[in-house]
Amino acid sequence: MAESPFKADIERVQKEYSEKMTPGAIVYLPGSSVVNKTGSWRVFMPEFNRDKCVRCYLCYTYCPEPAIYLDEENYPVFDYDYCKGCGVCANECPTKAIVMVRETK
Amino acid sequence: MPIKKVMKANEAAAWAAKLAKPKVIAAFPITPSTLVPEKISEFVADGELDAEFIKVESEHSAISACVGASAAGVRTFTATASQGLALMHEILFIAAGMRLPIVIAIGNRALSAPINIWNDWQDTISERDTGWLQFYAENNQEALDLILIAFKVAEDERVLLPAMVGFDAFILTHTVEPVEIPDQELVDEFLGEYVPKHAYLDPAKPITQGALGFPAHYMEARYGVWEANEAAKKVIDEAFAEFEKKFGRKYQKIEEYRTEDADIIFVTMGSLAGTLKEYVDHLREKGLKVGAAKVTVYRPFPVEEVRELAKKAKVLALLEKNVTFSVGGALFQDFSRALINESEKPKIVDFILGLGGRDVTFKDLDEALAIAQKALNGEKVEEVNWIGLRKEIL
Repeated sequence: MAESPFKADIERVQKEYSEKMTPGAIVYLPGSSVVNKTGSWRVFMPEFNRDKCVRCYLCYTYCPEPAIYLDEENYPVFDYDYCKGCGVCANECPTKAIVMVRETK
Repeated sequence: MPIKKVMKANEAAAWAAKLAKPKVIAAFPITPSTLVPEKISEFVADGELDAEFIKVESEHSAISACVGASAAGVRTFTATASQGLALMHEILFIAAGMRLPIVIAIGNRALSAPINIWNDWQDTISERDTGWLQFYAENNQEALDLILIAFKVAEDERVLLPAMVGFDAFILTHTVEPVEIPDQELVDEFLGEYVPKHAYLDPAKPITQGALGFPAHYMEARYGVWEANEAAKKVIDEAFAEFEKKFGRKYQKIEEYRTEDADIIFVTMGSLAGTLKEYVDHLREKGLKVGAAKVTVYRPFPVEEVRELAKKAKVLALLEKNVTFSVGGALFQDFSRALINESEKPKIVDFILGLGGRDVTFKDLDEALAIAQKALNGEKVEEVNWIGLRKEIL
């Protein structure tokens, strides 16, 4: 699986992120939201079938998060650290290459 | 030379805003403080005040615009009262939590229902837990002065909290009195330009304001507001001292009047303090050992000053124009908190009076005095007493 494009940001923020409370809880470090992994709120997760994918990028375009990025071959990669399981990608996918399944562990 | 003009407290508040030179004023007209934004809009239209005057469709928007302006980094002012302040309620917490030094002038007015436009303090008292600093003016001069002081304290780096200055509806907002307008240069020296060090917009240095606070951070942020309230106590004293040096008018968090050797001390806020001083003079002539005290700064609550005051009296009689149901008045709670662990403390008797603009006369104060005297003589009295209540129509 391709590496998250946020990896460098996450490492930078984790390194620089100060735990010190500022007046008004102001966040002075740009890009610091990448350390908040919001994917844990998810109930349904997108399951991707690479064989059905025609690389139309609709999922990539419509992801409101955006938690989908493209690998070297321009196939979508789902970043489950940030995907909230909204299902927009599965709904938009014309070939049903993406289906929402209940997240189970 | 400072000039003296005869004006209403509303105009005095507008003059204070003009002298403080805010960059943004967003306001919605509401009785009894409509004249404040009206007058400020005149100042702006006439080119006497270089500021953006934002006309909004409600008080919720007014304070929201102020939060935006203050977060962008400029001095910000608004005015409201009663239902308008209540409509601002949720944003008041945001302004305090984001530590934005906005100042609001408030014509203290009762809350509905029944609809009532006249004076009591329920509007601001209901906002006492928002984190805002609260000042109460006794007369029109104090309305002007306290707004300047409020800016000074609110913007202090040790504080960074919004502040509201209350003056009684109609008793002050619509009554003319001579008010001294301080020199602009002196005010500029006193206040200085607002240079925000924490909250401002700068594309070269992006920051996030008003972000989500997870459980891991929320409590610390709230404690920050608590700490700032505590820090404000010293800053307010400093501001009062500097104000006195520059403008010659002395302010204290709790102002005492003829409290030396007093057995009973009446305590109140706002314009009632003026009546009370007259009343105390009247009682002293009769040889009664009675004093008065005025709470000028209500938030942060001056706990230390209350303890000092309590040492001087056998009975503290609190005169309040607000109600906290099944408790009494708000001052009653605050005074009780300040004194509960003191080894020696006076009796505290609470009086609720003058709600919704009902006149408070010497006759009402006599009624309170009689109860306070009973308490002084060791007789059992009600802790909470409604004065001037027309029981016959109940």
